[in-house]
Amino acid sequence: MFVAEKNALSEEIESYVNKYGNDRSALLMILHEIQNKHRHISEFAQQEVARLLNIHPVEVYSVISFFAFLNSNPKGRNLVRICQTISCDMKGKSGLVKAIERELGIKIGETTKDNKFTVEYANCLGLCDMGPAMAINDQVFLQLTPEKAVELLGKVK
Amino acid sequence: METIKKKRTGPVIFSEYKRGDAIKKAILMTREDILFELKDSKLKGRGGAGFPTSTKWMLTAAAKSDDKFLVCNADEGEPGTFKDRVLLMEYPELVFDGMVVGGYTIGSQKGIVYLRGEYEYLLKPLQDYLEVMRKDNLLGKNIFGKKDFNFDIEIFLGSGAYVCGEETALIESLEGHRGEPRNRPPYPINTGYLGRPTSVNNVETLAAVSHIVVKGGSWFAKFGTDKSSGSKLFSVSGDCEKPGVYELPWGTKISELLKIVEAKNTKAVQIGGASGHCVPKSQFDRTMAYEDVATGGSVMVFNESRDMLHVLKNFMEFFVEESCGQCTPCRMGNVKLLEGVEMIEKGEYTFAHINKLKDLGRTMQMASKCGLGQSSPNPFISILENFNDEIFNAGNGGRNGK
Ligand SMILES: Cc1cc2nc3c(=O)[nH]c(=O)nc-3n(C[C@H](O)[C@H](O)[C@H](O)COP(=O)(O)O)c2cc1C
Ligand code: SF4
Ligand code: FES
Repeated sequence: MFVAEKNALSEEIESYVNKYGNDRSALLMILHEIQNKHRHISEFAQQEVARLLNIHPVEVYSVISFFAFLNSNPKGRNLVRICQTISCDMKGKSGLVKAIERELGIKIGETTKDNKFTVEYANCLGLCDMGPAMAINDQVFLQLTPEKAVELLGKVK
Repeated sequence: METIKKKRTGPVIFSEYKRGDAIKKAILMTREDILFELKDSKLKGRGGAGFPTSTKWMLTAAAKSDDKFLVCNADEGEPGTFKDRVLLMEYPELVFDGMVVGGYTIGSQKGIVYLRGEYEYLLKPLQDYLEVMRKDNLLGKNIFGKKDFNFDIEIFLGSGAYVCGEETALIESLEGHRGEPRNRPPYPINTGYLGRPTSVNNVETLAAVSHIVVKGGSWFAKFGTDKSSGSKLFSVSGDCEKPGVYELPWGTKISELLKIVEAKNTKAVQIGGASGHCVPKSQFDRTMAYEDVATGGSVMVFNESRDMLHVLKNFMEFFVEESCGQCTPCRMGNVKLLEGVEMIEKGEYTFAHINKLKDLGRTMQMASKCGLGQSSPNPFISILENFNDEIFNAGNGGRNGK
């Protein structure tokens, strides 16, 4: 990472600490913001958070490793999550998965070469009455067909 | 996400309610009066465990501390449950007013909504709603002119961990730790968030409180059964014509619900989500109530075409992923049970081994640290027992055995 990028990230993290406070209880909200913006929480970001909250970097890493929505390794710019739980499964989740895998040329769990998409499974998204359900970043899409799912991906920048 | 408000009807939760009414009425009452109404209502927590809300609030009110918290548990992670999403999206007034009433009753100045990360799209609309409440003095200082009654609400986002719905894990994660359940006691009512007395209540419980304060405890208790008062929101999904959220009195028969949602050729119903019980057709005249089939409201319908072993596998995969890994019975046990399901799938099992796994399941129910590991063997045991014939004898296209 270049020095300028590092400084920008430090400033960004400082702004979150100003927003949520420097108490440990602010940790998850701060991590959430970083994750949303960068799709991962880099080692440098972890150190900065630890420094500002006055805790050990290992503590930050240990929290990140616990939660499904937080990760320390880079992912694609857009995160696609397909619900794999039974109600969506019965409504045809595997059709969505197959179509998306074909279209993007990757397997579920992988990231496209251009770094545009990471595709993952999610557990029940709380939309079981309108499955199969899929989330692209923080937006959710319902009652999908394989064709509609692929079409949605085409609209993503 | 569309936010079209459906016109919903129901005896209690979906009955008439005007924003702020419960708060206006509550501040004219004493804490004790409110606790009496709640006691009369016999309201039990809707988060699954069914603990009486009046008792929880009485204990939190009695705890000595200047700093107390009221947490609204909106982690709704149980597979097949989505009623809290509907309440937050379409009836935020019921939930937030219930929180303000709770704050007043237990003597707390701060409410926290723990919103599951999967519902992030609700964050902005809910925050906007809270802003309106602040403008109208339904939140903030001296609420509705009640001297020294200050209360505000903050929303905290979860990060995709089912176990964080368990109240002590929820508190751990609020404090910035891994969401691993704590040993209980001490209970949150004494030693909760930041070591302070904390009442954790489900979204639907708080919504019920708003109605109870306005309409009275005995009005509420008229609905449902003696042991299960009031109504329940059921989240129905799977094989039926009309999936969605339904408000029905406790004590409704499974067969009645199936008729309402227009389910045909139903073979089984999973009640209570992945950690609940699978009820076969022969038992559809059982009722949904704490004294019969208890449930947090998830109802998944399976028709004749479904392979119950596949259903079971889906549930066990869920638990293997969601176990926090803190205690051995749950961390190892769920993996073993899933392996057992895969053995049956491939036809590489012995009955002796399957029986051992059922025993392991019963051990997990007793020896696991929190409700996740205590209930994850439920589907394994209930599906293998109730669908014994399908899975072991005739399920393989009529051939005798797999
Ligand atoms: C694994 C697990 C997950 C849970 N998830 C939730 C949940 O999503 N929402 C909820 O209200 N309660 C959940 N609970 C129950 C809570 O621990 C707690 O009992 C409940 O929030 C209390 O609220 P109530 O008294 O209004 O029911 C869960 C419990 C366990 C063991
Ligand atoms: S029962 Fe499972 S989820 Fe609960 S504490 Fe033990 S390992 Fe964690
Ligand atoms: S099962 Fe897919 S949203 Fe619940």
